Amino acid sequence: MALLSFLEAIREALRQEMRRDPDVWVVGEDVGRKGGVFGVTQGLYEEFGEQRVQDSPLTESAIVGVGIGAALYGTRPVCEIQFADFIFPAFNQIISEAAKMRYRSNSDWSVPMVIRAPYGGGVRGGLYHSQSVEHYFTSTPGLKVVVPSTPYDAKGLLISAIRDPDPVLFFEHKGLYRAVREEVPDEPYTVPIGKAAVRREGSDITVISYGKTLHFCLEAAEELAREGYEALVLDLRTLLPLDREAIVEAARRTGKVLIVHEANKTHGIGAEVASIIAEECLFDLDAPIRRLCGPDIPAMPFAAPMEQFYMLSPEKCLAAMRELAQF
Amino acid sequence: MITGTPSRLAELGLTREQALEMYYYMLLTRRMDERMWLLQRSGRIPFVISAQGAETAQVGAAYAFRRGQDYFAPYYRDVGVVLVAGMTPREILLGAFGRQADPSSGGKQMPNHWSKRSLNIISGSSPVTTQLLHAVGVAVAARMRGDDVVVYTACGEGSSNQGDFHEALNWAALHRLPVVFFVQNNQFAISVPLCKQVAGGSVAARAHGYGIPGVQVDGTDVLAVYGAVREAHQRARRGEGPTLIEARCIRLTSHSSDDDHRRYRPPEELEAARAADPLIRTRTEWLATGLMTEAEEQQLEQRVAAEVDDATEWAERQPYAPPEFALRHVYEEG
Repeated sequence: MALLSFLEAIREALRQEMRRDPDVWVVGEDVGRKGGVFGVTQGLYEEFGEQRVQDSPLTESAIVGVGIGAALYGTRPVCEIQFADFIFPAFNQIISEAAKMRYRSNSDWSVPMVIRAPYGGGVRGGLYHSQSVEHYFTSTPGLKVVVPSTPYDAKGLLISAIRDPDPVLFFEHKGLYRAVREEVPDEPYTVPIGKAAVRREGSDITVISYGKTLHFCLEAAEELAREGYEALVLDLRTLLPLDREAIVEAARRTGKVLIVHEANKTHGIGAEVASIIAEECLFDLDAPIRRLCGPDIPAMPFAAPMEQFYMLSPEKCLAAMRELAQF
Repeated sequence: MITGTPSRLAELGLTREQALEMYYYMLLTRRMDERMWLLQRSGRIPFVISAQGAETAQVGAAYAFRRGQDYFAPYYRDVGVVLVAGMTPREILLGAFGRQADPSSGGKQMPNHWSKRSLNIISGSSPVTTQLLHAVGVAVAARMRGDDVVVYTACGEGSSNQGDFHEALNWAALHRLPVVFFVQNNQFAISVPLCKQVAGGSVAARAHGYGIPGVQVDGTDVLAVYGAVREAHQRARRGEGPTLIEARCIRLTSHSSDDDHRRYRPPEELEAARAADPLIRTRTEWLATGLMTEAEEQQLEQRVAAEVDDATEWAERQPYAPPEFALRHVYEEG
């Protein structure tokens, strides 16, 4: 075991998979000598060389399109999009090509690739270095969308993603890179894609979240406990496919559900989670389903007061959780 | 040019038998295409998109590649290319009829979206030019594994305006990857002519910015195309990188069965296009120079007609996939 940050856990997954399988390689902007703008791929260039740790031209569509071609040939590219906000030039390659390749070829061809991208705000990144983009992809069958919240999961889920036979989008909240640490096993291990995890047991309310806001919810839950209410906190971990069973089970346990995410509310993941609950266990509910999300504005503003206004926090989570508990 | 044809064959290292095989593929491409129009106009298939006028370009280009070894990332007009790459008329018509046994997609894709892994033909989509990046990716991966692979990829001249076109050329040129970019310039992106699509008027010239050869070739001259593509293929194998080839072609039909090109092409222009029909040109030249005898030509016509008839009748009799088949193959099935 070693005490690893979220970022180090991701790097360790990459390094261990590249050592295990010579077909695994990394491509993206500045991933080589520099080791990535956040430093995720540091040391990989030195260990594996420039062919397996390729600095790409500044062309997101090509990072993904070339990755698709290389995956068709049978290698396992891990493509890095420098910021999730920059993924849209590659949108066509992801949606029209990667997501549909297996389907449209009757499973003759497949695209075993991973697309990693740092997402999320609160880092003074303004409109184009702060976005949560997961919901643009979660309505596209053929893709898998993974958002880890802990170093242990980041390593295990990334290893699963690299070994997965289908394209996986792997979103990493940049606010977690150096902010969370935990003991992580030295050896490679997998965390299953498509499985949520209960992070905290509780019988009064159920809070469903993922990524960075999950930590806000956990912090708020401790505070709420001092007020006499116990919150069950469910970490979705995978957004496509959603773990329906775990969602319904968690909702039934308390009958009061709050869904929390940083992405804006309209057509967000919360809408789908709420629908699943409404379809499967409406009559087990004791309160209307609540959502606490980013506001419905185009993106996160730069100036500190407006950024803070956008961002969720343990305090905002606590207020929403308390209100639901008292309903 | 007419008298020189046999000596050109010798220069290209082609035998007369190979030339006749090329003619067979060009003829097959044309007759397949004509059959699909007939099927569409009689309501037996819903859609056709055509390659008429590009047979010489397609067969000449594909003939320079090694079947079963090289990779193909074709575009939706490339019926001649996939035939040379090994697809059969039956397989192509299964796709046109949307039948379950369609090897390209099991009836999921529209006609002309060919795919077959055992032939190294990569599945394509309808948003244009995306396949150029896949071709580059195949070349990256093949080099990583040390495999001797050259990748064919194609698009129309209108597609050379897409970002993916430039991203692919740049990436392939940066790493000197073994890719041949083959642009079939038929002068029209549906209805918009070359002069309103391509600034400067030359697709080949776009190669210069990437420091790679940009070659313009008469797409109606099958041997000229073969020669240019063979040279690009050899360069690729020598590790000298990609080549952009622009084959100047003729579009003899409307863009697709949903288009009527008489709305935007004057009668004289259509007349001129028909007069320059590359298949007729090839036949005339080859008969005149004795490269092909009339008996051989007749024989090939009969063989092709029989194959197209057989493929049509057989493919139409094959069953559709059951409706629920729509749910299959979204992800790997355990």
